[in-house]
Amino acid sequence: MNKKIMDIDSVEVWDGNMAAAQALRQADVDVVAAYPITPSTPTVENYAGFHANGYVDGEFVMVESEHAAMSACVGAAAAGGRVATATSSQGFALMIEVLYQASGMRLPITLVQVNRALAAPLNVNGDHSDMYLGRDSGWINTCAFSPQEAYDLTLCSFKIGEHLDVRLPVIVNQDGFMTSHTAQNVITLDDETADKFVGPYKQVNAMLDFSKPVTHGVQTEENWHFEHKAKQHAALMASTKVIDEVFAEFEKVSGRKYNRLETYKMEDAEVAIVALGTTYESAQLAADKMRAQGIKAGVVAPRVLRPFPLEELAATLQNVKAIACMDRSAPGGTVGALYNEVCGALFNTPARPVVSNIIYGLGGRDMTIATLCEIYAELDKDAKSGKRNGALQRFVGVRGPELSFYNK
Amino acid sequence: MSTKSIKEMGWDELVIGAAVYSFEGTINYNVAEVLPEDRHYAETNSKMAYVGDWRVFKPVWNSELCIDCQNCWLYCPDTSIISRDKKMVGVDYDHCKGCGICVEVCPTNPKSLLMFAEQIKNEEALTQWPEKTKGE
Ligand code: SF4
Ligand code: SF4
Repeated sequence: MNKKIMDIDSVEVWDGNMAAAQALRQADVDVVAAYPITPSTPTVENYAGFHANGYVDGEFVMVESEHAAMSACVGAAAAGGRVATATSSQGFALMIEVLYQASGMRLPITLVQVNRALAAPLNVNGDHSDMYLGRDSGWINTCAFSPQEAYDLTLCSFKIGEHLDVRLPVIVNQDGFMTSHTAQNVITLDDETADKFVGPYKQVNAMLDFSKPVTHGVQTEENWHFEHKAKQHAALMASTKVIDEVFAEFEKVSGRKYNRLETYKMEDAEVAIVALGTTYESAQLAADKMRAQGIKAGVVAPRVLRPFPLEELAATLQNVKAIACMDRSAPGGTVGALYNEVCGALFNTPARPVVSNIIYGLGGRDMTIATLCEIYAELDKDAKSGKRNGALQRFVGVRGPELSFYNK
Repeated sequence: MSTKSIKEMGWDELVIGAAVYSFEGTINYNVAEVLPEDRHYAETNSKMAYVGDWRVFKPVWNSELCIDCQNCWLYCPDTSIISRDKKMVGVDYDHCKGCGICVEVCPTNPKSLLMFAEQIKNEEALTQWPEKTKGE
């Protein structure tokens, strides 16, 4: 625990950035190396403020780019310390090369990612294109939909990634501005409780352990690379067990329960929206409105995007008749990723719902409750007729003539 | 530590993150005080790997001319000059890459290290040594 304890109230009014910064402070991180970028800047600024005021015992390293930030994180993690950083969008894109180093070298690092659109055109607002960019990087990906969740999941991230059966880096996503800059009530853990929950850092093959000299970041060619990637994937897949355990432990200290797949009113749902980020909460309000009209609407959101809760998702959607998969990222020449994930999960199961793909909210375009209700109404039509009434992929909320693809 | 060779290991047996250990066992002594031939190198230490096939030209050492100044030992970027008790012993051809730096820094006249084509035998190379050059 940091020597200087911060006196915080049991309920604070924090935005997502402050919530993440406080979690980083309470986790007693040894090294934070960061290069601030909108909209994650205040996470780093707040943390630097804590550091300047003596609340952080660890090092805060200013670097010349995000590539350098993640490189410093990799170095510090390989040396044997607890490490974290924060970024968004272009900064995340610049980190990509080193993200693969971090996961391949099996270094637990926490990355607070405040989701933002990727240029061009340049845009500082929230969408999920940066989240999608990191999908295959071998990091555990968790998604926070509110400042409270950003706080909670950032605390959990250390315990998950550092677990001896996992040893993988963890991204904690939150929506740019919608979560990162919206102040809400956040129920806190005091410093001591948070410290006890996260626990001490356990070193594995630390370079600063001179009793066991070790080299990190080696080259393997066709004779070992495949085995190492297989081992890495096996660890990522097996992390589901640890994630469940950590979420259960967190519930014990906080009373707040997280699931790898979050669901709302799915027990009897006939139509469902699958979405990520703040849309999960908006869709709940829309679902309630639809239920008042007699339409059995539900919402599903992967809390953990990687490892993907494929089996849980398939089980949840077995009795659903029509599904809209909502992708907040330009799909780049095919269906959205969430559509592919959902259809892939369902394909080897008895369920044959009508599934459509909604592209929405790019560059921070608002997704309203009214629009979500319209989507539910379309789903209801699909469910009643047992077939798709519109195109497979539709752009919703874009100005101009209707834009849809795969119309047959 | 496992006695199984890394070459026989499946994905489940490898060290995570492809981290490679330098030595067998725990180092609770000063490695610098143990001669390389007495160290317990791990199988994954590059000391145990033969990389001499990268070389096209090799340095050949002429012990008759050498003054044991240690320049070559100091400058070799691949620790491939073997020296004991400040005496030049020879070249580690398993690791020497043939860069020629040792030849460049050798101060004797003629040089005590010279580059020869890889396929020429050392005994033969020693018969082709140049004469001392007269300075202006
Ligand atoms: S040729 Fe280069 S690598 Fe080989 S011994 Fe000389 S300096 Fe070392
Ligand atoms: S640099 Fe030349 S003289 Fe000096 S030790 Fe090496 S071979 Fe001998």
